Amino acid sequence: MSIRELPAKSLFRRKAGEKLLKIISILMAFLGLFILFIIIKDVFIKGIDAINIDFFTENMRPAGIKGGGVKNAIYGTLMITLISSIIGIPVGVSAGVYLSEWGRDTILGKVIRFGVNILMGVPSIIIGIFIYALIITRIKHGSGIAGALALSIIMVPVISRTTEDMLRMVPDTLRESALALGTPRWKITVSILFRAAKSGMITGVLLSIARVSGETAPLIFTARFSQFWPENLNSDTANLTMTIYNYAPQPYNDLVQIAWGASLLIMGGVLIITIGTRMLFSDRLNKYK
Amino acid sequence: MNRNNLSDDSTYAISTENLSFFYGANKVLFDNNLNIHRGKVTSIIGPSGCGKSTHLRIYNRIFELYPNQRAEGKVVLDGINILENQIDTLELRKKVGMIFQKPTPFPMSIFDNVAYGIRLHYKIKRKELSLRVEKALKQAALWDEVKDITSKSALALSGGQQQRLCIARAIAVEPEILLMDEPTSAIDPVATSAIEELVDSLRGKYTIVIVTHNMQQAARISDYTAFFYKGYIVEFNNTRTLFTNPIEKKTEEYITGSFS
Repeated sequence: MSIRELPAKSLFRRKAGEKLLKIISILMAFLGLFILFIIIKDVFIKGIDAINIDFFTENMRPAGIKGGGVKNAIYGTLMITLISSIIGIPVGVSAGVYLSEWGRDTILGKVIRFGVNILMGVPSIIIGIFIYALIITRIKHGSGIAGALALSIIMVPVISRTTEDMLRMVPDTLRESALALGTPRWKITVSILFRAAKSGMITGVLLSIARVSGETAPLIFTARFSQFWPENLNSDTANLTMTIYNYAPQPYNDLVQIAWGASLLIMGGVLIITIGTRMLFSDRLNKYK
Repeated sequence: MNRNNLSDDSTYAISTENLSFFYGANKVLFDNNLNIHRGKVTSIIGPSGCGKSTHLRIYNRIFELYPNQRAEGKVVLDGINILENQIDTLELRKKVGMIFQKPTPFPMSIFDNVAYGIRLHYKIKRKELSLRVEKALKQAALWDEVKDITSKSALALSGGQQQRLCIARAIAVEPEILLMDEPTSAIDPVATSAIEELVDSLRGKYTIVIVTHNMQQAARISDYTAFFYKGYIVEFNNTRTLFTNPIEKKTEEYITGSFS
């Protein structure tokens, strides 16, 4: 019997199934975009009123006194992010280099890669409480530097992962031809692979900075909060996310207004970093394919 | 050591003795014995998967990039077995250059590509470096095309130009031996004949071992030819004899196109 004599299945139903799935997935994608749009719109409309010259040039004022800005919190967030980058970037990049270049198939490499993946999934508040137990309970005061340390722990797995992925995208033929000239492995990594993977690695680093600059939970017990200019970063340090955390639930309209302004500032900053890196570096990774 | 052995040392740039190779537990080369004549062009031919590239990649120990690969036996170069552990692979690779199937320009300028190996191994003044880069590019027949753009990125060159750049980069450090692993299989016919002419012009100055899929190419450019099949060296002879009057039946079948 020829297979053509078997009863045929409905072509209509198969085509309808494909259409249906396509429509559902498009709808869901639009739903996600729509929610993002609402968030951006809301934060923008409510936050824009807080943005004026004073917002950037004045420190916070004590509750009840009108006016003031968030200059201290902007400075605090910048410094905390800077310190966490100084710690997190070298550690993350080095770990990624090890995983891609030496630890690819070794047991140690697999263990570290597994650990990195776990660390990436650890809730950030757990990392905050870890630094609290490790440092704050000993020094017995808040510290912006401790906050930066917590953020750097969040950065490391993200940077390590992207560095490893980007270095692995560089084809082995490039390593082989450098090796064939008599180049030692470390030199191949620094002088050739880093150049070849540059845009991807920079993108990873910038996105991780964007990610931690919006973190709040790791700062609650570490950098904590202050209304004053952070003379000493090893003390309670004003910062934007904790400003939102503290001011948003207040019954005073001007404090709530400042919280919205801080939200807009962080959101704008993160959007600028994210979109900027995507525009600068997208599609430059395919050079070697 | 008898007299015969001594004369062998000067005639042969590389001699392999009972050379075997493993990917993990999988043996892919079996007791390869091959003498590569100094200053000559030797081609290695054979069907896909016969082990010709694998054999070539032992000569500079490049296979060691991959931890599960292992060679057994002897590869004698200048009287020394280079498979011994205490051999400095960086020094070995200074003497044994390699060109790969796909052009692999480094992500830097044309000049820096050619200067890479020189800077790696020697302290050199800028002026002397420029002269050497120019000389290498001339030897690789690329100078006329790139002399005004040596500061431009090497990635902007065409595939054939990139491959000649890789040859310039390899010969800039004046290796004794040049290994070529199917150097023309990824580039167009015009660039291919440019590279074949280049190989011809390098004859005598370097010992060249070239793995090729293309039998006509082997016949055109090489002095000696080895035919590999399933990890064994079936036949080795001077190129003319091997192609016109092969001894082994398998060789004849392959060069007449009975299988590939």
